[in-house]
Amino acid sequence: MAHEPRIDYRVNAETILRDTPGVREAVTRATTHFDGSRERAYGEVDETALRDWAAGLRRHVLANLERYLLQAEERLTANGVEVHWADDAEDALAILETLVQRHEVRRVVKGKSMLSEEIGTNAALEGLGVEVFETDLGEYIIQLAHEHPSHIIAPAIHRSVEDIAAQFETQLGTAPNADPDALAAAARARLREAFLTADMGITGANFVAADSGTVALVENEGNIRISTSVPRVHVAFVGIEKVVPRLADLGGLLPLISRAATGQRLGNYVSLISGPRRADEPHGPEAVHVIFVDNGRSALLDDPEQGEALACIRCGACLNTCPVFRQTGGHPYQWAYSGPIGAVLAPALLGLERAWMLPQASTLCGACEDVCPVRIPLPRMLVTWRQRAAAAGYGFAGEAMAVKAYRWMAARPGLFHRATRLVGGPLGQALGSAPVLREWTRYRDLPGADDDGRDET
Amino acid sequence: MRVALFPSCMTEGFFPQAAEDARWLLERAGAEVTTPPAATCCGQPAYSTGYSAEAVEMVAQCVDAFADADYVVLPSGSCASMLRRFAPGLMAATDTAAAADALAVRSYELAQFLDGVIGWHPPADALAGRRLVMHHGCHALRELHAAGAAERLLQAAGAELLPWEAQTECCGFGGAFAVKMPAVSAAMADRKLDTLPAAEMLVSADPGCLLQLAGRAGARGLGLTVRHLASLLREAADGP
Repeated sequence: MAHEPRIDYRVNAETILRDTPGVREAVTRATTHFDGSRERAYGEVDETALRDWAAGLRRHVLANLERYLLQAEERLTANGVEVHWADDAEDALAILETLVQRHEVRRVVKGKSMLSEEIGTNAALEGLGVEVFETDLGEYIIQLAHEHPSHIIAPAIHRSVEDIAAQFETQLGTAPNADPDALAAAARARLREAFLTADMGITGANFVAADSGTVALVENEGNIRISTSVPRVHVAFVGIEKVVPRLADLGGLLPLISRAATGQRLGNYVSLISGPRRADEPHGPEAVHVIFVDNGRSALLDDPEQGEALACIRCGACLNTCPVFRQTGGHPYQWAYSGPIGAVLAPALLGLERAWMLPQASTLCGACEDVCPVRIPLPRMLVTWRQRAAAAGYGFAGEAMAVKAYRWMAARPGLFHRATRLVGGPLGQALGSAPVLREWTRYRDLPGADDDGRDET
Repeated sequence: MRVALFPSCMTEGFFPQAAEDARWLLERAGAEVTTPPAATCCGQPAYSTGYSAEAVEMVAQCVDAFADADYVVLPSGSCASMLRRFAPGLMAATDTAAAADALAVRSYELAQFLDGVIGWHPPADALAGRRLVMHHGCHALRELHAAGAAERLLQAAGAELLPWEAQTECCGFGGAFAVKMPAVSAAMADRKLDTLPAAEMLVSADPGCLLQLAGRAGARGLGLTVRHLASLLREAADGP
C-alpha cells in the first residue's frame, strides 16, 4: 500500500467532468433524491434525540472497543461461529484463502460489502481460481463493467439507466432500451444459478452485537439474505469498529442507518445471524466465519483528532449532501470510501503521502457535518489533515509560497490595502493571465471592482 | 457604540462600494465607525489551507487591531465565521487565546449585527416589488446561522425572495478550493446557476460567493446581476 502512487483527485475529477459529463447529471439526480428523502424521513422521528443517542453510543463503543470485541468474540464462538482476527488486508485475504481451501470453495456469491472492496477480495478470490458473483444489483452492474463502486450505498450511482440498458444488451442479451424492471429481472435470472451453486457467501456487517454475538445486515434486495443462508459457508468481513454493545441497540441503529442513507424507515430485509445451522434446523450454512479486520483502524482509534471517524455507520449521507461529490461521484477518490468520510479516512488508512489531496476536495461548506447521523465533525477533521499535509510538505505547487507571501503582505497594512484595491482594478485584469490566477480565469471572468449591481457581468 | 468595520480583502478588492455601503449603513444605524488599517486578513485562507502558523499570526494581528472596538462587523459571512467560530480553536494554545475568545463574541456578520444587535431595518416598502434570489455563503448559513437575519432585513423592506432549489448548496468558491480544484468548483457554480429562478438579481452577504457566481456567469455569457447585501440595503434606505 505504501508504494502505491498518489491519488490525484484533481486530475481524476477533471477527467470525469470532461469525458463523462453524464456522471455529474446521474450523481446529482440520485444524491439530491436521497438527500431529500433523508430530510423527510427524519420528519417522523425526534431527529435530534435519535442522532444524539447514536452519536453517544458510537463514541462509547470506540472508548471501550477492546472490551466489546472480546465479548463479541466470546459470544460468537459460543454460538458456533468461528472468529478470526486480521491485522491488515493481506492477513484478511490469507484467512479467506485457508477457508476457501478448507471448505473446497469454487464459487462465491457476495453481498454488498465496502470492507471487502477495501481489502481487494474479488481480485484475491479470482487469483485463487474462485468464481465471484456480486449479487447486489448495483455491484453486479459494475462488476460486469469492470468498475469499482462509486458510492458507499449506491455503487452504480454514476450510471444512467440508458447506460446500463446498453451494457446489459451486450452482456446479458436484454432488449434494446430495456426498462429497469427488465434489467433487474435479467440480472436476477443470471444470479439465480450462482446462488444455488455457490459454495460460500461473503458479506460485510452493518453491526455486530456483542451481548448476543449477532451479525446484523440491512439491505433492500434480499441478496444478502440468500448469500448468508443458501451456500454451505458464510464469511462476514467486519471492521473492528462495527461492534455495538447490545442486540437491543440495533432497534435504534438499523432504522437510523436506513433513514440517513435512503430515507427509508428500515431497509426491506434485516438479517440477524447468530451462527451456523443447528442439528435440528433444515436450512442455513454449515459454517459461519467472522473475520474482524483492523487494516489501520487501531492506529486511527489512537489518533486524538481523527479517531472519531470510526464512529461512521456507512450510511452515505455525507456523500449525498456533498456538493463536491455530486459533480463527480466517487471514482476520483480512487478507493472504496469516497465523499467527505472517505476523504477523512483515506489519509489514516492509506497514508498521508498517498491520500493528502483527498482532504483538499472540499469547500468546507459544512453540509456533511449537518447531516451525519452520528455527528462526526468532518470539516474540522479535513482541516486537521490539511494542517498535517502542510506540515509534512505535501500540497499543490506554489501553495506554501503563496500563503507565506500573503502573510508577508498582511503584516504590511499600507501595502496590503493598496494591493487589494488594485486587484479588482486594471492590475487584476492584467494578472488574469498570471500563473496564480490562470486557474481561476480558465473557468471564470474576473469581475472588475465596483460593478456590483451597476452593470451585468 | 464604537464599531470597527472589517471590510475583508475580498470586499476591498472586488466590492469596494459594498464596504462603503456597509459603513454608511452602520453610521445610519447610529454607530461610530472606524476602519483600523492594521486589520488586513482574518487568516481564513491560511487556516483552511492548513497553514496554522501563518493563520495564528494573522488572527493575532486582527486581535490587536480590534482591541478598542466594542464590536467588529464584517460584510462577509465567511470572514466573520473565521473570527467568531474558527479563531478560538486555532488560538487555543497561544498567548492570544483569551483575547481571541473575547474578539469572537464581539464579531458579527453585517446582517446579524444590523438585525440582531443594533436593531436597524430598512424602511418598509423600500424594496417592494423587487424579486430577488439570495445566496447564503456556507459559513454564514451553517457556522453563523445568519441566513435568517439577511432575509429579515430584505423582507422588512418588502422584497420578495424567490425559492431556489440549490439555495443551501455551496457555490464552489471555498477560498483556495476555487483555484486548487477549478473544474469541480466551476461545476458547482454551474449547479447554482442552472437552477436559478428568474430573479432580477442575486444578492449575497459574501463577496467570495458573489465573485464566484458572477465570474462563472460571465464566463458562460449569462446575464446575471449580482449585488452585495450591503449595497442593496443602502439603496433601500437611501434610494439608488
